[in-house]
Amino acid sequence: MTTTLPAYDEVVARYEPVIGLETHVELGTNTKMWCGCPTDFGGEPNTRVCPVCLGLPGSLPVANKAAIEATIRIGLALNCSIAQWCRFARKNYFYPDMPKNFQISQYDEPLCFDGYLDVEVNGETVRIGIERVHLEEDTGKTLHVGGATGRIHGATESLVDYNRAGIPLVEIVTKPIPGTGALAPEVARAYVTELRDVLRSLGVSDVRMEEGSLRCDVNTSLNLPGEEWGTRTETKNVNSLRSVERAVRSEMLRQASVLDAGGRITQETRHFHEDTGDTTPGRSKETATDYRYFPEPDLVPLAPDPAWVAELKAALPELPRLHRRRLQQAWGLSDADMQSVLNAGAVELIEETVAAGATPAAARKWWLGELSRRANETGVELAEVGATPAQVAELQGLVDAGKLNDKLARAVLEGVVAGEGSPTEIMGARGLEVVSDTGALTAAVDEAIAANPEIAEKIRSGKVAAAGALVGAVMKTTRGQADAKTVRELILTRLS
Amino acid sequence: MTDITRMTATQIAELVASGETSAVEVTRAHLDRIAAVDGQVNAFLHVDSEGALAAAREVDARRSAGEELGPLAGVPVAVKDVLTTKGVPTTVGSKILEGWRPPYDSTIVQRLRAAGTVMLGKTNMDEFAMGSSTEYSAYGPTRNPWDTDRIPGGSGGGSAAALAAYEAPLAIGSDTGGSIRQPGAVTGTVGAKPTYGGTSRYGLVAFSSSLDTPGPCARTVLDAALLHEAIGGHDPRDSTSIPAPVPDVVAAAKLGATGDLSGVRLGIVSEFAGEGAEPGVLAAFHEAVDTLTKLGAEIVEVSCPHFRYALPAYYLIAPSECSSNLARFDGVRFGLRVGDDGNRSLEEVMSLTREAGFGAEVKRRIMIGTYALSSGYYDAYYGQAQKVRTLITRDFTAAFERVDALISPTTPFVAFPLGARTSDPYQMYLADLFTIPTNLYGGPGISVPCGLSDGLPVGLQVMAPTMADDRMYRVAAALESAVGTLTPPQL
Repeated sequence: MTTTLPAYDEVVARYEPVIGLETHVELGTNTKMWCGCPTDFGGEPNTRVCPVCLGLPGSLPVANKAAIEATIRIGLALNCSIAQWCRFARKNYFYPDMPKNFQISQYDEPLCFDGYLDVEVNGETVRIGIERVHLEEDTGKTLHVGGATGRIHGATESLVDYNRAGIPLVEIVTKPIPGTGALAPEVARAYVTELRDVLRSLGVSDVRMEEGSLRCDVNTSLNLPGEEWGTRTETKNVNSLRSVERAVRSEMLRQASVLDAGGRITQETRHFHEDTGDTTPGRSKETATDYRYFPEPDLVPLAPDPAWVAELKAALPELPRLHRRRLQQAWGLSDADMQSVLNAGAVELIEETVAAGATPAAARKWWLGELSRRANETGVELAEVGATPAQVAELQGLVDAGKLNDKLARAVLEGVVAGEGSPTEIMGARGLEVVSDTGALTAAVDEAIAANPEIAEKIRSGKVAAAGALVGAVMKTTRGQADAKTVRELILTRLS
Repeated sequence: MTDITRMTATQIAELVASGETSAVEVTRAHLDRIAAVDGQVNAFLHVDSEGALAAAREVDARRSAGEELGPLAGVPVAVKDVLTTKGVPTTVGSKILEGWRPPYDSTIVQRLRAAGTVMLGKTNMDEFAMGSSTEYSAYGPTRNPWDTDRIPGGSGGGSAAALAAYEAPLAIGSDTGGSIRQPGAVTGTVGAKPTYGGTSRYGLVAFSSSLDTPGPCARTVLDAALLHEAIGGHDPRDSTSIPAPVPDVVAAAKLGATGDLSGVRLGIVSEFAGEGAEPGVLAAFHEAVDTLTKLGAEIVEVSCPHFRYALPAYYLIAPSECSSNLARFDGVRFGLRVGDDGNRSLEEVMSLTREAGFGAEVKRRIMIGTYALSSGYYDAYYGQAQKVRTLITRDFTAAFERVDALISPTTPFVAFPLGARTSDPYQMYLADLFTIPTNLYGGPGISVPCGLSDGLPVGLQVMAPTMADDRMYRVAAALESAVGTLTPPQL
């Protein structure tokens, strides 16, 4: 299909988008949702399984308390109400990666409901309504072998790995988000980013989109101003923050071109393609399965003790947004400076460096300067650059103590990144310490004066500025290890 | 010495404990009996001779080593094929699980092993426990030892027939709508359905999760109580299991055996009086009521107005749950797989497997359940049935404010001839008319022989409040002390 898409500016001038996001988060509990099997990523296929997560006849689920606790904490962090009584429900459909051919999920009685999350877009706060947060189990993974598409149709064999089956999965569903106009794609991205940071601050998941522990479905519709909301599509397979933004934009453009041509939008599931940035149709919701939800009779209702919920609420960590605001104030940064810290992914690194004793300014200088440059050069995340906040703080301590000057400090940092040891160790091993022994320095100064009698004479006659040349000479003979200020003072004293 | 196979479990355990006989001898006697008569009865789907003898040898070794043995050590037990047994075939009476050897033991079987009982094998049943005659087994019907042209009840006809044929002194059944009690009634044996959640469902291949209850079958009330005690109690693997100790059913059975029921108030459900029950069954029941009165019980009539809706509600709830529970039988991970010739799609293979693997009655219930749960019909069917369930529970609660236990015939008719009701599902469903309300309520019920009608056994049912299982054992044991056990003709 080679329809020419309209320009984005024109689309948002004509149509109003409504978006909605469904996010699935694999919880980082030690064991699965209904059994004691481990949850770690990886592992030979079908080695982390038991009768329960394989759905063998006769097996029964027992709910994982840690998963329920994590879900309640997520709900609380998203300002939700927590159900006083709710049930799990069976969602019935046949698929080989679902061991029981039903998924234990929640239907009309979610554990958490009716909350919100504030996100910032272009300096403005947008409040995203949260419809519900519920707990369910993940499915296994199917690999279709043979055939061209890698999809079930045309495959000659299907292989299933049930290691993932039964891992606790939390689904977070937003309310429809109207009124964001041209910013819709950015709002979607900002929401998922903020949600990811919240989940990370709660420590409930490793929230890695590339490993699938955070997965996102994006709903998009367009309507003419003043008219009812349009038919929505659900875009799946959106596996990075950037893709969230691209998927909304791409779907807005596609829908606009259909509507412009007088067509109508089909309510359907679409797949996002990372490589092209396009979506293609999946199964149509109009012929969707009837999931025949009913309360899960193998489990008892959940009735979280209100005192326990209150305890969990009181123990919630500071939310990332508020935390960032507090740091910005403490560090005395402008909005723009804070933004560059955020963009560099350096908030936590700087925070920890400060906690290890460095000043905010020094910490920011190292992480946004030398270390960011190295991270960019080697193409790694700043956190993986090879230096820890403690090492950076130690390095800065050596500078503050006068043991390293700026140039030497950079050389030491190079050693740290190369894994040669702590800054102090490297300084010693490489012999990079500033020479502060005045006896040795005086000898070097006298040598420089003797070698440059004309410059010495100028200084004696009051041309103090000429001292720079002698300082340079001394620095050269001491291989940069002298403290330039001390050298200068010595020269002036000898020639006064 | 008397024939070991005619002894009660209590007697066998005493002989083994005292060393008068060995568990191996006891086991051999029963295996011999099975070899001799099971051709006529077809109570067993699988006899695990080797496993049984190994377990018996272990009991004997423990006794020789001076270890103290439990009250059922060395006693053989037959297990309904609905419970998983590690390494031992478990079919649920269905072709779809033919040849499946589970990698794990059900909790009940684990507890049986821990109690030192000797598992003889797995007994026949209606496919997936759906039926009242064991004629819906994919492996041929079980026959009633009282008359081998008649049904032994169902779904647990195999367990009940094994007792009546003296192939085993104890058996395990599961009761979803009457599958322990009704076979007990028509074979002249004792069958008890514990309080729902009083016995673990872990490893019980599910038919209807909110109703399924494993329980004990025996030839005497005391034996049933001993077995109940051995298998009952909280199981952390079953979320619906009740975290409370088993009511003292053994003491209650012993108390009842003294034949004194003074101070006990029993209620007869007026809605059951005469409805659908054969005259011979009613006659035996009324005679038993007189006996109970003579034993000191006070008899009153109670109305349970919603019991009449129990059957229809049950036939919505149980099929709904089964339609979901049976979805996992798709040929992907275990059991039968049909049509996997490399040319068919996964969906076709799943579909062909289910078509070939399930029998007609199972398919009927899956379809009814699928319909009842579907969008747009849920409220009218499944939702409505759940409301009826609540009303029935209220009827029970109100009745138990007036009486200690309720009594009724266990089943409206004695063992009927094979084939008599297979062509009309509704006629078959009526067999559970009196047992189903208890399942919907979740309370305990027991069937105890109360006499004969035309030479065939009639059972009396005692229903008690939830977690008051001891009460029904007391009443049943008292009646047994007056009526005696029933002995079928020689096979």
